[in-house]
Amino acid sequence: MGRVRTIARRTFLIGTAAVAGGLVVGAIAYHWPLKNPLLDDLDEGDAALTPYVRIDRNGITIITPRADLGQGAYSMQAALVAEELDVAWGSFSVEPGLPSAAYYNGAVLAEGFPFAATNDGFLANRARGMGGVISKLIGLQITGGSSTVPDGYEKLRMAGAVARQLLLAAAAKQTGVAVSALRTQDGEVITPNGDRIPYRTLGAAAAQMRAPSHVTLKDPTEWRLLGQPMQRLDIAEKSTGVTKYGIDLRFPGMVYATVRTNPRIGGGMLSVDDAAAKAAKGVITIVPITGGVGVIADNSWRAFQAAALLQPQWGPAPYPSTSSEIWENVAASFTDDLKDSRFKNEGNVDGAISSAGAQALSAEYRVPFLAHAALEPLNAIVRFDEGALAIWTGTQVPRFLQEAAAKVAGIHADDVTLHAQISGGSFGRRLETDYVVQAVEVAIAYPGVPVKMTWTREEDMTHDFPRPLAMARARGVVQNGQVHAYALDIASPSVSASQTSRLGASLPGPDLGIVAGAWDQPFAIPHYRVTGYRVPETVPVSAWRSVGASANGFLHECFLDELIHAAGADPLRERIRLCTDDASRRVLEAVGEMSGWGTPLAAGRGRGLAFTLSFGVPVAEVVEVTNTPAGITIDRVFVACEVGRVLDPVNFESQVEGGVIWGLGHAMNAEITYADAMPEQTNFHQFYGMNLGQAPVIVVQALETVHQVRGIGEPPVPPAAPALANAIFAATGQRVRELPLRKHVRFA
Amino acid sequence: MRLVVNGQPHELDLEPEMPLLWALRDELGITGPKYGCGVGVCGACTVHVGGKAVRSCSAPVGSVKEPVTTIEGLGTRESLHPVQKVWIELQVAQCGYCQSGQIMTAAAFLAGNRQPTDEQIDQAMSANLCRCGTYPRIRAAVRRAAAALGGR
Ligand code: FES
Ligand code: FES
Repeated sequence: MGRVRTIARRTFLIGTAAVAGGLVVGAIAYHWPLKNPLLDDLDEGDAALTPYVRIDRNGITIITPRADLGQGAYSMQAALVAEELDVAWGSFSVEPGLPSAAYYNGAVLAEGFPFAATNDGFLANRARGMGGVISKLIGLQITGGSSTVPDGYEKLRMAGAVARQLLLAAAAKQTGVAVSALRTQDGEVITPNGDRIPYRTLGAAAAQMRAPSHVTLKDPTEWRLLGQPMQRLDIAEKSTGVTKYGIDLRFPGMVYATVRTNPRIGGGMLSVDDAAAKAAKGVITIVPITGGVGVIADNSWRAFQAAALLQPQWGPAPYPSTSSEIWENVAASFTDDLKDSRFKNEGNVDGAISSAGAQALSAEYRVPFLAHAALEPLNAIVRFDEGALAIWTGTQVPRFLQEAAAKVAGIHADDVTLHAQISGGSFGRRLETDYVVQAVEVAIAYPGVPVKMTWTREEDMTHDFPRPLAMARARGVVQNGQVHAYALDIASPSVSASQTSRLGASLPGPDLGIVAGAWDQPFAIPHYRVTGYRVPETVPVSAWRSVGASANGFLHECFLDELIHAAGADPLRERIRLCTDDASRRVLEAVGEMSGWGTPLAAGRGRGLAFTLSFGVPVAEVVEVTNTPAGITIDRVFVACEVGRVLDPVNFESQVEGGVIWGLGHAMNAEITYADAMPEQTNFHQFYGMNLGQAPVIVVQALETVHQVRGIGEPPVPPAAPALANAIFAATGQRVRELPLRKHVRFA
Repeated sequence: MRLVVNGQPHELDLEPEMPLLWALRDELGITGPKYGCGVGVCGACTVHVGGKAVRSCSAPVGSVKEPVTTIEGLGTRESLHPVQKVWIELQVAQCGYCQSGQIMTAAAFLAGNRQPTDEQIDQAMSANLCRCGTYPRIRAAVRRAAAALGGR
């Protein structure tokens, strides 16, 4: 039996948030119907049955408004619709859709309120519902926060189910057979006498039908696609080199451009000598842009060559010059003035620490700035023509991008057409719009033809908004073989403040990102406190795969490991004893079993455990290392996690593997440092994660014991670094309190 | 200058120092080889020149005397190269941006070594970067392709 979902008739287009957010209806004008963006663009005989399904004479198109950055989002969104629409896998096209408020993301803000993800109380649910409402009101069509699946899980299945109901109704009218006697299969309605009517011929009639007041979603036991391994829709193309990323598109008359701006972000350009660049082969023109210049040529490489000949005088940075000065700022931020949050404050931490006197433990931890460095350098193709902009690029924020581009061009956002492209990675970088704004500036200076602006790798790496650095000062007390008190002070610049300031706004209140993955962990330590300090912004920063938890997993879990070892307790058993959340406990138990925790290892080998609850997903990882004469090897990683239902087991495993490699690789090797207020790392010889030969065997288990659906793109990242550091301690006795680890240990 | 790419001869009038990558991408419109670093450290631009894996971002087009094969010429959806076939079976790609280079590297390696050890596979594939972290699947795919190609 499926569950029946009632749809408010005028709002069915925007999905189940109307149900999930029922608590707050009335407080805000929540039922404003959002415009279906597909309706603007239909020919006669075509039908847009919901914002997610278009049926025309050529067939069925499923709209997948969340960006595919490599995480398989197009396939996943299509599968959710296709399951209920009842169409064969791969028998439809997929389109990213236009920027529209109808594609608001109700899940991404849901965790932005100060209630831990394990707190299911009324207040917490109400606050999460409010996140959905706010996101709807500002039309936040954003990809991020591992939210694609939770946001789409009901909304997209309902979209498919509504479309199927309308098609059935149209077929009933056409054949005179009652809807209840009709069935569907693989994109066709089937009558009792076996006639098959393709959906594609029913589209126009279906659009005339009354939208159903309720639909019944399939019970998961009836699923044909979801829950099974599916071949990602993009996999064959990506394996034969025919996928077109934004950087690959070509148009007649297109010219090729690159830009150079000040790597001291915000410092501007004082002057430039462009004589040599102008004279270089293939250069068409050189145009000024904000804080630098654009070089337009007849070939990307020629544009790069010419750009290298530019002699710019960069202005001074609005922040300190060197990493050591920036660290001094961080170290000076543990003050009452800069205290940002203290959402975790249990027992009497100060009392417990002072009565322990010299027995109290303390340590300082550091994590560095990190670049996103997706393998596809940032790029955009822009044509400015008769007061309108056409833009081809990959983005996680189509609506913001449209507005930012419109503002630069002095036109209305409606006159900006965005063609969303597949991205060669992002990891949060495409939440920003800087690269597109630059391409727009270049295109405005050279109107009438498409201008493909590509950043060199060097421009990309030195103009990132990096993951912020962070420092933790931790203190704790152990007693009777147990962790008794834990005080964690974390100082970091605020990602949210930095991002919203670039949108011309400010975010009131504390930034949970500073303490995410630390304040909200499900442990009942008698005296337990997590305090966030907001370091005044130096280098502008942004969200990086798993955001605040990417740093805080390491900060929280390494010192917890220190305390457990000091108590003489077992890292797994003590965490299980302290754990207050059932799903988290099961995850810890599972990883213990998978990894053979507690079984003896040969000399020189070690196991490390870490656990982080982030984005509502508890993840426990055990890393096994060997200390060889050539250095440390990472042999195996065991991952247990709880996302509720796994919708595509193969892609799920890929995302976990990718997250673990991301977390481990950066922990081993990567940092962005500053000298002369510029990043010192300019390309992948200086900024890199691990290579294939260093990659461990990764064993993944999803528990599927809770009734929720969560994304997995980010949660495996935070526990990877601390599990590795804890393993290195187990194997060598050396406690490394700073990333990247290679500053202190050698990897083979 | 004359350049044979995927069996097609092309007459090009280019400065010889232009990297093969950009001759392919911007002059010939062959975009399977990718720009990742431009300095020979990521492998995204890997193509075959005379059957050998070459980083096209660092090979001046004027120095290329032998025929060039890009991912587009290795195999197509209709007639897949055995390496591409296992890449699809194991669903290796995430963003996929590095995968042309990974596949071209693996294909050239396996053509020269039909019975590679696991260590040789790791070594052969270790200079190609994947930011998405598909290494475990690449490793499994190369092992399986080696087996399929008649080795082990
Ligand atoms: S682009 Fe050639 S090796 Fe990176
Ligand atoms: S699949 Fe994205 S870089 Fe390798």
